[in-house]
Amino acid sequence: MFEYAPAPESRSVVDIKASYGLFVDGEFVDPTDGGSFKSINPASEEVLAEVAEAGAQDVDRAVRAARTAYEKVWGPMPGRDRAKYLYRIARIIQERFRELAVLESLDNGKPIKESRDVDLPLVAAHFFYYAGWADKLPYAGFGPDPKPVGVAAQVIPWNFPLLMLAWKIAPALAAGNTVVLKPAETTPLTALLFAEICQQAELPAGVVNIVTGAGETGRALVEHAGVDKVAFTGSTEVGRAIARSVAGTRKKLTLELGGKAANIVFDDAPIDQAVEGIVNGIFFNQGHVCCAGSRLLIQENVADRVLESLKRRMAQLRVGDPLDKNTDIGAINSAAQLERIRELSDAGSAEGAERWSPPCELPERGFWFAPTIFTGVTQAHRIAREEIFGPVLSVLTFRTPAEAVEKANNTPYGLSAGIWTDKGSRILWMADRLRAGVVWANTFNKFDPTSPFGGYKESGYGREGGRHGLEGYLNV
Amino acid sequence: MSERVAVRKTYKLFIGGKFPRSESGRSYLVQDANVSLASRKDARDAVVAARAAVKGWAGATAYNRGQILYRVAEMLEGRREQFVALGVPGDEVDAAVDRWVWYAGWSDKLPQVYGGANPVAGPYFNLSAPEPTGVVAVVAPETPALLGLVSVIAPAIVTGNTVVVATSPTQPLAAVTLAEVLATSDLPGGVVNLLTGKITETVPALAAHMDVNAIDLTGVTDAALAAELEVTAAQNLKRVLRPAPADHDWTVDPGITRMTTLLETKTVWHPKGV
Amino acid sequence: MTATTTSARSDLSELGRSETALRTFLHGLPGVDQVGAEQRAAQLGTRSIKTTAKAQAIDLAIRMVDLTTLEGADTPGKVRALAAKALRPDPADPSCPHVGAVCVYPAMVPYVAEVLRGSGVHLASVATAFPSGQAPLEIKLADTRAAVEAGADEIDMVINRGAFLAGRYKEVYDEIVATKSACGDAHLKVILETGELATYDNVRRASWLAMLAGGDFIKTSTGKVPIAATLPVTLVMLEAVRDFRAATGRQVGVKPAGGIKTTKDAIKYLVMVNETVGADWLDPDWFRFGASSLLNDLLMQRTKLTTGVYSGPDYFTLD
Repeated sequence: MFEYAPAPESRSVVDIKASYGLFVDGEFVDPTDGGSFKSINPASEEVLAEVAEAGAQDVDRAVRAARTAYEKVWGPMPGRDRAKYLYRIARIIQERFRELAVLESLDNGKPIKESRDVDLPLVAAHFFYYAGWADKLPYAGFGPDPKPVGVAAQVIPWNFPLLMLAWKIAPALAAGNTVVLKPAETTPLTALLFAEICQQAELPAGVVNIVTGAGETGRALVEHAGVDKVAFTGSTEVGRAIARSVAGTRKKLTLELGGKAANIVFDDAPIDQAVEGIVNGIFFNQGHVCCAGSRLLIQENVADRVLESLKRRMAQLRVGDPLDKNTDIGAINSAAQLERIRELSDAGSAEGAERWSPPCELPERGFWFAPTIFTGVTQAHRIAREEIFGPVLSVLTFRTPAEAVEKANNTPYGLSAGIWTDKGSRILWMADRLRAGVVWANTFNKFDPTSPFGGYKESGYGREGGRHGLEGYLNV
Repeated sequence: MSERVAVRKTYKLFIGGKFPRSESGRSYLVQDANVSLASRKDARDAVVAARAAVKGWAGATAYNRGQILYRVAEMLEGRREQFVALGVPGDEVDAAVDRWVWYAGWSDKLPQVYGGANPVAGPYFNLSAPEPTGVVAVVAPETPALLGLVSVIAPAIVTGNTVVVATSPTQPLAAVTLAEVLATSDLPGGVVNLLTGKITETVPALAAHMDVNAIDLTGVTDAALAAELEVTAAQNLKRVLRPAPADHDWTVDPGITRMTTLLETKTVWHPKGV
Repeated sequence: MTATTTSARSDLSELGRSETALRTFLHGLPGVDQVGAEQRAAQLGTRSIKTTAKAQAIDLAIRMVDLTTLEGADTPGKVRALAAKALRPDPADPSCPHVGAVCVYPAMVPYVAEVLRGSGVHLASVATAFPSGQAPLEIKLADTRAAVEAGADEIDMVINRGAFLAGRYKEVYDEIVATKSACGDAHLKVILETGELATYDNVRRASWLAMLAGGDFIKTSTGKVPIAATLPVTLVMLEAVRDFRAATGRQVGVKPAGGIKTTKDAIKYLVMVNETVGADWLDPDWFRFGASSLLNDLLMQRTKLTTGVYSGPDYFTLD
């Protein structure tokens, strides 16, 4: 046998402070009412840092700082200079790559392999891409003289903390807006390190403000009368509440919400790559991915064969220490999320679906869930309809392309979809009919700063990435 | 010789390509005519008709949709005097005809202007293209009755959406007459559905309807009502076009935002290999 | 993959009887998406193999080396020295295992056989008009028989790529069957020359063709064309042997050859074997590296692990 010895990434590259303040107007400041919360490592439940909790007054202070910076500095600044600041930030991210990757894995629980090979390269690329837009906005297709919106309130989730920050901040700043961003309460640390990067880049004070906190902080931010734009990534439930809260205002709103993507495998698919795509589709980032391929639709005449290959492949997945370079699946981000995954999985079993996980030993401390598939699932099962946001795959079958489309679209969500077949015309036929913002054909979970991302239906509206990603930050 | 007794027109709703009376059997007197007073049930029927029309209309070629919109312009031009007789200024009819022509040309250009290939950093073909969002509920501006109406219908349907329109409550005759134009323009039944009557009666039902994908509040003048409708529309995250400012100038170049707000961008990836 | 059911098992042996049956079967195999296969191979290449795992991997890799010389300039003296090195790769360290085999041209077999006799190190000979395979069949078979008679217990044959690319699958199949028969008890490794097959779809089809015809091993390359062994090609071949065993119950070995020069490369291959076909193939009987300079790098890394000090080329024999 060939057993891989532990290959831990060193955490000494990161200097985590005992406590963090709010980043307002270029400085770290204490919150007005002194509230705080703890950010823990979900792989060990160890406390990483004490983080300030922003109240309404702190949010107000941050919005005012952003407004002043917008009016006095960032709005009037020539695009070519805004571009240079963004390029600077992109470069500093590349330079401090390893530190950021390790901190992301510590705070989030995702494997270092992913923070190192996926998240961080995409973060740097996103800033690099939008930097170049800052002085070319008249060519973006939104008229000859597009104007920024003003102050953007941005609320991001915990699944890709730094990447979601990049998706929000880079286009906003490129278009000439200033921002107040609230990271998720379970993963605030890389956003706070990003604040230090803004200082290092000598970004003018108030252009980027980071307020940490939970739902109440987020509510105070999006409901603040001084913001002109709200951008949110997270659950459909919260997205709905935000859509209501901005009703009747002139705030621009973009929402990137939940999903329940179908990953459709035809009998002529390149099977080995399809199996990789299925695994990457649902087990990437512990399944904490809004566009995860959480519903596998297999053509019935190859279902047994695909499932056999899938199970064999799943047995190779290595679950454990996120900092081990050979870990494929890390920790579930929080106790609350673990509870939700358990609850829905139990519902799957209770409703009669057949549950399978490869043999795998889970660490004792921390939040863990073995990669799991459910077979014999029907459209009526909860696990086929509700977003689980964990490493749990529901397997269904279909007989014809039309049936595949019908089942894939039979959901209130519409974020992404996958198609696996060797037949080109079928791919295009399917892609035309799938009601989803991103369709991956013979691949899955691929991202790029130039490629627009966002959903149909209850998966939200607006697009992030590419030229389209500027639209939400310009008055067009 | 006695003077000829005129044959009057009955002004009815326009749903699924047909001209039914309100299922409620009600009408209201406006512009010297009895106009159908649409009910919540009529709104529901109109959504069903609009949904049924989506597949064919969104699936039609852009060339075909462009030709049909241009045909609407031709038909409207021919009926110019009919609208003038209803009190619509001749200039406004001309502008409405021109607007149809303008939007007709967008059908096969917007996907090129608003979509395209994305140069991703990897061995992938990556293409973004806009698609219609589906069924759109529209509150037409109170005035100008014809140009305002055309300016909200055309941008929604040119890209393949279907619409249920709450027409101007005070000047509905132009809308019903436009329906006659649409009915004779090769536009498939159900692509445009017109509800005359009270906005407060039909539009809340449309805003709440879970099979409506977007709502255009352009013609809502009551800010509180607009906010309330937006709140209702959030239930299934409808795309929202907010009310137009009272002083909006309908004669200027409309831009593309009306069209793009009612579109979804779909991005397709595929590996490039041998 | 196409045939994993029991009923299909009995059918496979019949495939070689007709060109149509072979073509239908080979073209019915699932396609390979190039980008996906290459990404999977690259991902496996990011595994971090350290300390005890690395030591284990290095010794295993040494045992899997087919220490090779295939030069026009080969002489009895040169191949004897190589065979001596195969037996004791690191004269300074008796705990160092011997390699899997020595691989030479048929004419050199007798000289190597003298050295290796009774050692457990196999003696492989290339044959069938290696490397081009462009000779009449009778000559290729005579080449094979001569090598076996001179003492080779493994024959590395080349397939007829021209016939394969022209779609004459039965001709390729029949040649392999005939060569296998000429091998007698010697193991037959079938070289696909994947660099000339150009696509992964072809690599998968050629792998199945070689296995259906009775090959004991499938091997990537002669080392004589610009593109030799690569991780993704080896991945596709490993998937083929995995699926072939599932379909027929018979296990076939895999040998990447050419271009594997460093310990780091070799470990990537072992990781790929481990995670694609599993422990059953992590053995010199089922996986080999066709290489020459790789051995010294393995030895240097081995010394580094035992002594903690980076070694240099002057401390390892050049043969």
